[in-house]
Amino acid sequence: MNSLIIAALLLVLLGLAYQTGWVRGGSLVTATGPKVHSRPQYHASYVAVWTLVPALIVLALWAVFGGAITSNYVRGLIPADVLAGLDANGFNAAAARIQALASGYGVVGDLAPYETEAGNALRSFQFITFLGVVAAAAVAGLGALLYARSRITARHRARNAVETVVGFLLFACSAVAILTTAGIVASLLTEAIRFFSFVSPLSFFFGTVWAPNNAGGLENPGSYGLLPLLVGTLMITFIAMCVAVPVGLMAAIYLSQYAHRRLRAVAKPIIEILAGIPTIVFGFFALVSVGPFLRDVGSAVGLNINATSALTAGVVMGIMIIPFVSSLSDDILNQVPRSLKEGAYGLGATQSETIRNVLLPAALPGIVGAFLLAVSRAIGETMIVVLAAGNSPVLRGSVFEPVATITVSIVNQLTGDTDFAGPQSLVGFALGLTLFVITLCLNIFALYIVRRFREQYE
Amino acid sequence: MTTEASMARVVPERTLLIRNKLRRRHTSETIFRGLGLLAIILALGFVALLFTDIFRKGIPAFTQSNMHLSVTFDPAVITTGPAPVRTAGQTDADFRDLSLKWQREVAMLNWNKIVEASVRAAAPAGYEIDTKTILTIPETDARHRIREMFVADPSLLGKTVKVDVLASANADNWIKGSIDRSLGDAQQQLKASARALIDQFVTNGTISMGFSWSLLTNVDSRAAPASSGLLGAFVGSLYMMLIVILLAVPIGVCAAIYLEEFAPKSRLTDFIEVNINNLAAVPSIVFGLLGAAVFINYLHLPISAPLVGGLVLTLMTLPTIIIATRGALLGVSPALRQAALGMGASKTQMVFHHVLPVTFPSILTATIIGVAHALGETAPLLLIGMKAFVASVPATPIDQSSALPVQIYLWQGNENRNFFEPHTAAAIMVLLALMITLNGIAVFLRSRLERRA
Repeated sequence: MNSLIIAALLLVLLGLAYQTGWVRGGSLVTATGPKVHSRPQYHASYVAVWTLVPALIVLALWAVFGGAITSNYVRGLIPADVLAGLDANGFNAAAARIQALASGYGVVGDLAPYETEAGNALRSFQFITFLGVVAAAAVAGLGALLYARSRITARHRARNAVETVVGFLLFACSAVAILTTAGIVASLLTEAIRFFSFVSPLSFFFGTVWAPNNAGGLENPGSYGLLPLLVGTLMITFIAMCVAVPVGLMAAIYLSQYAHRRLRAVAKPIIEILAGIPTIVFGFFALVSVGPFLRDVGSAVGLNINATSALTAGVVMGIMIIPFVSSLSDDILNQVPRSLKEGAYGLGATQSETIRNVLLPAALPGIVGAFLLAVSRAIGETMIVVLAAGNSPVLRGSVFEPVATITVSIVNQLTGDTDFAGPQSLVGFALGLTLFVITLCLNIFALYIVRRFREQYE
Repeated sequence: MTTEASMARVVPERTLLIRNKLRRRHTSETIFRGLGLLAIILALGFVALLFTDIFRKGIPAFTQSNMHLSVTFDPAVITTGPAPVRTAGQTDADFRDLSLKWQREVAMLNWNKIVEASVRAAAPAGYEIDTKTILTIPETDARHRIREMFVADPSLLGKTVKVDVLASANADNWIKGSIDRSLGDAQQQLKASARALIDQFVTNGTISMGFSWSLLTNVDSRAAPASSGLLGAFVGSLYMMLIVILLAVPIGVCAAIYLEEFAPKSRLTDFIEVNINNLAAVPSIVFGLLGAAVFINYLHLPISAPLVGGLVLTLMTLPTIIIATRGALLGVSPALRQAALGMGASKTQMVFHHVLPVTFPSILTATIIGVAHALGETAPLLLIGMKAFVASVPATPIDQSSALPVQIYLWQGNENRNFFEPHTAAAIMVLLALMITLNGIAVFLRSRLERRA
């Protein structure tokens, strides 16, 4: 109800301001008068901006400080002898009862003698303060409106002023990107530093045992060695690249060099469907289909393959990354100048010789960049590994055994727990920081290589 | 002469050599080409395999077993007084208190007796089965359904009405054969007497199969797995998508306009640019950490609410939209800009009146693809507490809620695998159908708008 009234107030103010500016700006245009600098809609927007900002400032101030003021007032309504017997929770409960009485909803049970009175007082207080805030916002807005209106003349540069505001808004939007990065770095760093106050960085980065004791509290936190997770992550990434690179690269070569236009038009979008499928779907596929299949194949040839293992997660992650490798490589192969290729044909090379000896070496830096981007994506992938890698943070050499990765451990340590008090949950941020730094380095390096490659042939 | 003769001998030899070499070269050409084709076939095969596997697993979950029962609201069981009527002078709080008290009394009644009586009524006369076993046939929410019918309409007391309830998840498994019917008694979830009765119900029409509307119109349920559905998760995802569209599109487009059209070439803008490119490649789980630390721990926004999920996904989608919009702006012909500037437009007017409208198709496509991607994202949502079990449809974006991909994650972990594996696959089919629809709309709109432009 109140927010509706405020929205209506703002709309009325906005309409009034725009209309005032429009009329005033339009009236400047005469056949004989001086040339007007800005068109009426700019004068209108100018007045509208001037009106809205003060009104919004008043409302924002109330939104920030209003709660504390009301709470203080309620404290004053409760008799001193009752107040003395209340702790923080008791006060909140008493305040909630008074609020309920003030809103007219009523409370269950008998009323303390002061409560009815307090409810009535709060009701009138709320009514008066609400009216006061609305009136203050309206007065501020109208005052600013009149001021802005008085500034409108034929020479007034309303358009430039409005464009400055627009420019500022545009800049603010692009600053969101910086704020996001700053937020990521700040939150990861502060929480990770808090983690390192419990566990020394040395034993975190070089520890070989990952055994957090989630129920242990501060006395018995368990051990936090990164190495088993790092090895698991790299193992799965390696398997994924073993699947994705040959298939993705050969698919890109075939599509860009050999395939008929019609096959390309059909096959390329279908392969790219893989890139759009949510990773949780791949995870389910790995868990219920690929894992049991690999286990059966393993037992047929006498290998003991676990259904949830590094191999399962790696193979499915490789499938997920195929379109990533293939479309990036495709772009890069297409950027190699035709003249190089035609030169090789002119010397009598076959198509595959041209590709292997001319095209690929020329495109190599770009393709390496693409692979690094794919690796960074594989390292940061979460859901496939959560579902299909078996979650066993033990240092092992076999790819047929369950493993755990950095991302899995972040999920395990942080879900359902937002009380970041002990190393059990804070370690999630230290892991996140590690992950962020690794992927950031890979990305920067890869983007640098790809950019250098592009510049080389431009 | 001798030289000529020797040449005549040599030439065929060299030709032979070349021919051999050529044959080898052509063979390797064919092999290379074959490998390329193999890679394409493998990649396409993976797509086909994934889809057929999910479909094969998910389709059974789109049918459910319905039980058609005649329920008698027996006054011998329902012994509470009539529902309270509001009298003059009662406050809202007092009336609510009385109603709740009555509802609590109703809830304390033994509704299982009524369920049992109605299932027995459908069974052949004199069928030997004990109370506990017979109650494993209908889903456990049957008694809640019947109780709610009574709360909504207390005049049902003493009447007999036809009610459709779901068969339990285990009964559903037995009917569909999701559990091996030849397994021995020890491994079966249901007792032999219940299984035989179910088979009789199927033959006499008390249980019939139908499209499983409960999958689409119900919320998640732990106590009554057969009735668990996707509605709550769907609405949660919908709120998040709305937030992403409302925030990411304006902010992303404005940021792209600033960077591409207005930003002076400086260290700061270079930094922003590198920043955005890197943000696009940051693992999604890191955005989840950001959400947990900033939105939940620092700003104290409600845990597992679509609002927080939407904000996190917005930050994740922003780089995609910024990069796509910048590409589109870069592609606008300089002639258009120069014409606008030449006619006396200011830079802002040039951008907003002439350049931006041309890029709408690309921005739209990028938005839809970004939103579809955000729709399927799971990991960051787990970190902001969306792993919680929520059995209600969120009324506002600040209520607790689930999301479609999180629901898939929760269901795949359910211990009743026979029932929930198809259920999970069906949920995946719903999610994929949504994403394919979104992408289809993107392709369609782009072709429409580009033709007009």
